[in-house]
Amino acid sequence: MTGNITGISGPTVSVALKGLRLYERVYVGNAMLTGEVVKIESDRAVVQVYENTHGLSPDEPVRATGMPLAVSLGPGLLSGIFDGLQRPLEKLRDESGPFIKTGKEIYALDRSRQWRFHPLKKKGDDISPGEIIGHVNEGRFSHFITCGNDISGTLSWVADGEINIEGTAGALTAGKEIPLYHEWPVRVPRPYRKKIATSRPLITGQRAIDFLFPFTKGGTAILPGGFGTGKTILEQSIAKFADVDIVVYAGCGERGNEMAEMIEEFEMLRDPWTGSRLMERTVLVINTSNMPVAAREASIYTAVTMAEYYRDMGYHVLLLADSISRWAEALREISSSLEEMPGEEGYPTYLSSRLSGFIERAGVVETYSGKTGSLSMVLSVSPPGGDFTEPVTQSCLRTTGTFLMLDTSLAHRRHFPAINWFQSYSLYAGELSAHYKEKVSPEWEDVQKGCREILRKEETLREVVEIVGIEGIHDQDRLLLHTAEMIRSTFLCQNAYTDDAFSPLEKTLSAVKKILDFHKEAGERLKQGTPLNEIL
Amino acid sequence: MRLSEHRYKTISSIAGPLLFVQGVFSARIGEVVKVLTPDNRQIDGEVLQITGDTALIEVFAETRGLDIEKTSVVFTDSVRRAPLSPEIIGRVFNGSFIPVDGLPMYIAEKLAPITGLPMNPAARARPEEFIETGLSVIDGLNTLVKGQKLPVFSCSGLPSKEVVAAILRNARVIKETAIPQGNETIAASGDFIVIFAALGLTFREYSYYMNTLKDMKSGFVAFVNMADEPAMERLLAPRFALTAAEYLAFDNGMDVLVIITDMTNYCDALREVSTAREELPGRRGYPGFMYSDLASLYERAGRIRGMKGSITMLPVLTMPEDDITHPIPDLTGYITEGQIVLSRELHQKGIFPPVDVLPSLSRLMQRGIGKGHTREDHRKISNLLYKYYARGRDLRRLEAIVGRDGMSEKDRLMLDFTDQFEREFVNQESARRNINETLDTGIDLLKRFSLET
Repeated sequence: MTGNITGISGPTVSVALKGLRLYERVYVGNAMLTGEVVKIESDRAVVQVYENTHGLSPDEPVRATGMPLAVSLGPGLLSGIFDGLQRPLEKLRDESGPFIKTGKEIYALDRSRQWRFHPLKKKGDDISPGEIIGHVNEGRFSHFITCGNDISGTLSWVADGEINIEGTAGALTAGKEIPLYHEWPVRVPRPYRKKIATSRPLITGQRAIDFLFPFTKGGTAILPGGFGTGKTILEQSIAKFADVDIVVYAGCGERGNEMAEMIEEFEMLRDPWTGSRLMERTVLVINTSNMPVAAREASIYTAVTMAEYYRDMGYHVLLLADSISRWAEALREISSSLEEMPGEEGYPTYLSSRLSGFIERAGVVETYSGKTGSLSMVLSVSPPGGDFTEPVTQSCLRTTGTFLMLDTSLAHRRHFPAINWFQSYSLYAGELSAHYKEKVSPEWEDVQKGCREILRKEETLREVVEIVGIEGIHDQDRLLLHTAEMIRSTFLCQNAYTDDAFSPLEKTLSAVKKILDFHKEAGERLKQGTPLNEIL
Repeated sequence: MRLSEHRYKTISSIAGPLLFVQGVFSARIGEVVKVLTPDNRQIDGEVLQITGDTALIEVFAETRGLDIEKTSVVFTDSVRRAPLSPEIIGRVFNGSFIPVDGLPMYIAEKLAPITGLPMNPAARARPEEFIETGLSVIDGLNTLVKGQKLPVFSCSGLPSKEVVAAILRNARVIKETAIPQGNETIAASGDFIVIFAALGLTFREYSYYMNTLKDMKSGFVAFVNMADEPAMERLLAPRFALTAAEYLAFDNGMDVLVIITDMTNYCDALREVSTAREELPGRRGYPGFMYSDLASLYERAGRIRGMKGSITMLPVLTMPEDDITHPIPDLTGYITEGQIVLSRELHQKGIFPPVDVLPSLSRLMQRGIGKGHTREDHRKISNLLYKYYARGRDLRRLEAIVGRDGMSEKDRLMLDFTDQFEREFVNQESARRNINETLDTGIDLLKRFSLET
């Protein structure tokens, strides 16, 4: 089915073509740019184009595909670097040089690579929808091949041995073949049997998070902060050290140099939990700020779909997106070129529902194959002018469980991670305290309370000191200020460039306990009359 | 591909820099058009939007005097390209790439579309090679590296052009083989070239910069749009400059430093087009796509794996009302790898360069300093100086409330350190300091105040 372009405005193109479906993938122009139908009228449709429309002309053809925008899911995704449309960037570089040319169609998965398929079912077995029939080894992971969620019957044949991605893993007596890979539309959440409540912590290795604002497997967190507050570094630290199986990192509308740095680092660094190369457990989706804006909108969906795919194998997957504001801005740009009525600050009125739809794709689930997998999300937000009342931050707050506010004034003091300990919160703290008490230490909660108490008192004391000067307060209070300073500078601060970048729970707890014990002891000595200068 | 140029006399409306032309046969987005005015001038334009057979044209010149009856529009069937050749070095152009230095145009070796193509993130090389600017506050505390984009945030009335000129005069790329040992410096200035794009420059600034450029040892290319020249040209000049930069860096293996001043004028021109198109304005009337548009410029900085050259960018912008949360500095800061913030207070104290250390930041500094890049103790010195200065600045607020007498001796010492830091380390007037001198000044200060080193 082919029609002609009738109008072009920024990243959107109108086309005279009947019979298109909403969110169907189309190829636009002679250069075969990828696009997606976003609006349909009686005799025309509007397409958002995922590539630069420069040079495009009316009367060029638009070809329908009858398929929605989809990603390929199968062995070979891990350690991959993809753009927002799942084109492999390394292959693209090798084939067409250091600059990205438009209209280049390239498979996400390597067609030539052979995989050793190990069957887990045999001929004659009955299978139900979503059941695992075998696996291939993808690095250190068993990559399970399921039969698809709409298939059931008796196996007439199961593969055993080397096959490539286009091969079949088995077939049913009814004649249906089970492929090694499949396509999945990015905007449709992958199904599962049921969602389960979250109860296990996701350890990030960041003391301020693990100790004060604990995060959970299957949970969602946002990191809002103005520029220079260390969002990207914190996201990358979490990507490096989180105790999950697989990490999907979406660099959405951010800096190219930072991504280059991250790629190099992930090639070299090792994951502290297993000691294997970090890249082995990582999938990168990169759509930097100068890459086409509509593909940036799609990139988080591409990323979350791949994350769900590994979740469905029973893995714990962490999706990091940096930054969700850039996604929202892409949505706004597209919305404005569609001449939609804007809501707050020019964002479309459906911003909040799209966001919550996306964020709810996180969670712990029981998969069709009966395994338990989780998908957690850590999203950074870049509020304009560092103002948290803006729509993206506010929409995120309504659906996410952990709010880690990054504070410009802390960042100016080079206090990193610049997590503000008064404004931030974690709704998971209650659910997780039992786990921490049981698995780490019975004192966990008490120590945490003690630490918060000191930080809270410090805040009020500082106000007093601003008025009367440090000489004007009691020694006990000066001791408290000293302890608070220690908590802030040696415990809450964590240098992402040294060995301290990862802090296991035991180390976290003992570090803070040491400070609190000192505080208690010094307090006693003060009471007994030892001068403060001597104690410090 | 059309065989001939199409000429239309079917303008339906003219508003500000925009023209609507009807009955156009297959125009392209971004296609270059020539507008022939009733008084036989020829001005440049570009196709911005197409609806059916109506094309919306943005004109990069004054539209005064245009009419509907006599004005005609010629469609050229090509997107805008920059003519490139190694002969570009040493030349001065206006915002439309026409030589203004009195010399004839060279013969182009290559034509490249000025919007450029996005660099593949997987092809980028990590920026980590130190550039010595000769200014302590940058080299020591906010180190610039090859391939970085580091803007200067200025305010009206502050000496941003003197800061830029100081960098122009003093900047050197230190080759890895020539890392200064001990107190000696062997700085090798390799194939280093400056591309200077001036947007909305006054004549005073123009003559100042031209004198600086002419005195430089390394080569330069200048694109100058004066304050009284068409505002729309400001949208073109930085793209010409960056296309030339990509050519010199990646086709000719040179280290290119691109200076664009003043980005505030660029953003205002962008706002002018956007409002003329009756688009919904975003914050402060700036268009919603300004982030992506700025990124399409700033992100052209970088290095490529396996290639020799590099593009380093130093855009300069003026913060309206000294407000760092204004959309122009805000969006810039979100794209660039740090910022150098100038301070009115330091300027009033007579400190040059008046760089406020606290809000300034170089995100790529960590990779570009230390052993093998600058000096092993660099990281430690810069962290200490920053820490004590930040503490001193906190104490200054306290001093304003309780008075100097109400403070402990330790705090008073810290206040003295803070003053001396500004006077000796930040302040260097017109002197050039190499990295060793910078770090030694820092050590000297720390020692004098018996602060841990």
